[in-house]
Amino acid sequence: MTRILPVLVVLGALVGFWYAAAVPMNIHGVLDQAERDGVAVSPATGAARRDLGSWGLVIGNAGQASKAWSMERPRLPAPHQVAIELYQTTVLKKITSKRSLVFHAWITLSATLLGFGIGTGLGILLAVGIVHNRAMDMSVMPWAIASQTIPILAIAPMVIVVLNSIGIQGLVPKAIISAYLSFFPVVVGMVAGLRSPDAMQMDQLKTYNASRAATFWKLRLPASMPYLFTSLKVGIAAALVGAIVGELPTGAVRGLGARLLTGSYYGQTIQIWSALFMAAIAAAALVGTVGIVQRLTLRRMGMGR
Amino acid sequence: MSGVDAMIWVVGAFAFWAIALAGNVWLSNSRWRSGRAVRLVVPVVFGVTILVVWEMLVRGLNVPGVILPPPSMIAEQIGQSLPILWEDFVQTFIKGTLSGYVIGCGAAFVVAVLIDRSPFLQKGLLPVGNFIAALPIIGTAPILVMWFGFDWQSKAAVVVVMVFFPMLVNTVQGLAASSAMQRDLMRTWSASYWQTLLKLRLPAAMPFVFNGLKIASTLALIGAIVAEFFGSPVRGMGFRISTSVGQLAMDMVWAEIAVAALAGTLFYGTVAFMERGVTFWHPSQRKN
Repeated sequence: MTRILPVLVVLGALVGFWYAAAVPMNIHGVLDQAERDGVAVSPATGAARRDLGSWGLVIGNAGQASKAWSMERPRLPAPHQVAIELYQTTVLKKITSKRSLVFHAWITLSATLLGFGIGTGLGILLAVGIVHNRAMDMSVMPWAIASQTIPILAIAPMVIVVLNSIGIQGLVPKAIISAYLSFFPVVVGMVAGLRSPDAMQMDQLKTYNASRAATFWKLRLPASMPYLFTSLKVGIAAALVGAIVGELPTGAVRGLGARLLTGSYYGQTIQIWSALFMAAIAAAALVGTVGIVQRLTLRRMGMGR
Repeated sequence: MSGVDAMIWVVGAFAFWAIALAGNVWLSNSRWRSGRAVRLVVPVVFGVTILVVWEMLVRGLNVPGVILPPPSMIAEQIGQSLPILWEDFVQTFIKGTLSGYVIGCGAAFVVAVLIDRSPFLQKGLLPVGNFIAALPIIGTAPILVMWFGFDWQSKAAVVVVMVFFPMLVNTVQGLAASSAMQRDLMRTWSASYWQTLLKLRLPAAMPFVFNGLKIASTLALIGAIVAEFFGSPVRGMGFRISTSVGQLAMDMVWAEIAVAALAGTLFYGTVAFMERGVTFWHPSQRKN
C-alpha cells in the first residue's frame, strides 16, 4: 500500500489538474456556442472575446464554465469524455468493424510485432557476429552507436513510398520501419551483454577446454539475458512508435496512426485523444508483457532478484 | 546502358567490397589494431565501401532515381540546395529542437530538485514518469499543433513533452546516486541541505544527468522532425521530407536526411563532449 498510495495520489492530482485545465482551454468554444444558443455572455461578440485571456473569460462567465467538460469538439477533452469514447469504440463495437479501436490497434500491433521480431532476430545475429569477429566489431559497432543519434523516423515516409512504388504495401513497409528501430538497441544491448562475463569466468571455461561455441551457449548467452530484456523493452516501445509513424505518410486509413491523422484532419479531438490513449495502453501492455517474460525467464535461470 | 557496361559496374561493386573487406580484416588483426589510427580507419573504410558499392550497384542495375538515387546525385542535390537546407535546419533544429530541449530539460531538472525533498512525491512520480517515458509521445503532436499553431512553437512543445520524462527519471536517479558515507561526511561538517545539494549531490548526479541529456538529444530531433509531418509552415526538415516524398524527389529527401543525420550526430557529440569535461572523475571516462 505504501508503494501504490503515492502513485494513486499523483494520478489523482493529474486528473484533477486535467479537469481544471479543460475549463480555460475550452472557454472560447463554450462561449461561442452559448452565444449561438442565445445565452447572455460577457463580452457579447466573438470579435470582442477573441483577444481576451482565457482565465478572464472564465471568471466573467462562471455559469458557463461547467459546459467546458461536455463540448463536442473541445480543445482539451475532459477525462470522462475520452473514457466514454474509448469504451464506445472498444467494448461496444464489434472487433471487425472499421470504427473499432481494437481493430485499428491490431493493425498497428501486427506491424509492430512483425517488425520487432525481425529486428530482434537480426540484431541478435549481428551482435553474435560483432562479439566473435574483430573486423565486424571494429567496422560495424561505431556505425551502430552513431546511428542511434540519427533521427531514423525521418526516413519513415520515404521508406513507405519507395516500397509502395515497387509494390510492397500495407503491413511490410511499417514492419520494416519497426524492425529498423528495434534493431539497434538490441545490437548495442546484446553486445554489452555478450561481453559482460568477467575475465575469471572466461578463464574458467578455458580451463575446461571449452570451444568458442560452447563458451557462447553456456556462458555468454545466459549472461546476456538481463541486457537483452532491457533492450527488448526499449526496442518494442520504439517498434510501436515506428509502426504508428509509418501510417502517417501515405494517408493510411487503418491503424492507430491513421486514426490520429484523420482525427486531426477532421477536427475530431476526442478521436485523437482516444487513439492516443489506445496507443499508450498498447505500449504499456507490450512493455509489461516483456517485463513478465523477463521476470519468469530470469527467475528460472536463477538470476531473478 | 548496355548489358556489358552494367555487368562491369556490378562486378566492380563486388570487387571493391571484397577488397575493402579484406583490407579491414587484415587491419583488425594486424599488430596496430588497438591504435587510434586503425580504430578510426576501419569504420571509415566500412562507410566509404557502403557508399561506393551503393553508387556502383545503382548505376549497374539501372535503379530508377525515384526509388534509390545514387550518392553522387544526392551530393549534387546538396550542393544545389544549400540555402533551402540551411533554412530548414534553422527552422527545425535551432528554433524547434533546441528551444524545446532547453525548456524541457531545464524544467525536468528543476522539478527533480523540487521533489527531492519529498520522498512521497518521488515514489509517486517516478513510476508515472517511467510509464509516460515509454509511451508513443509522438502521438501528442497533432494535439500540440492544434494548441500552439503550425509554426515552430508547437514543434518545441512536442520536444518538451518528449524530453521531460526521460530527463526527470534520470535526474531523480542521479540525485539518489551519492552514497550514504558521502552524505554522512557532509553531516559531520554540519552542512545545510542546500550546501549538501550543491557541493555533493548535484556533482554526483552529473553522470546520470548527462545520460538523460544524451537520450533527450536524440529524442528531441526526432520529435521536432516528426511533429512537422502534422503541419508546418513551408519550411522545416520534416516538411521538406514529406513534401519531397510526395513529389518523388528522393534525392532531396536523402539530402535532408543527410543534414538531419549530421545535426543529430553533432548535437549528441556536443553533449558527450560537455559530459567529458564535467564528469572527468567518473570511471566511464577512463581512457582504457
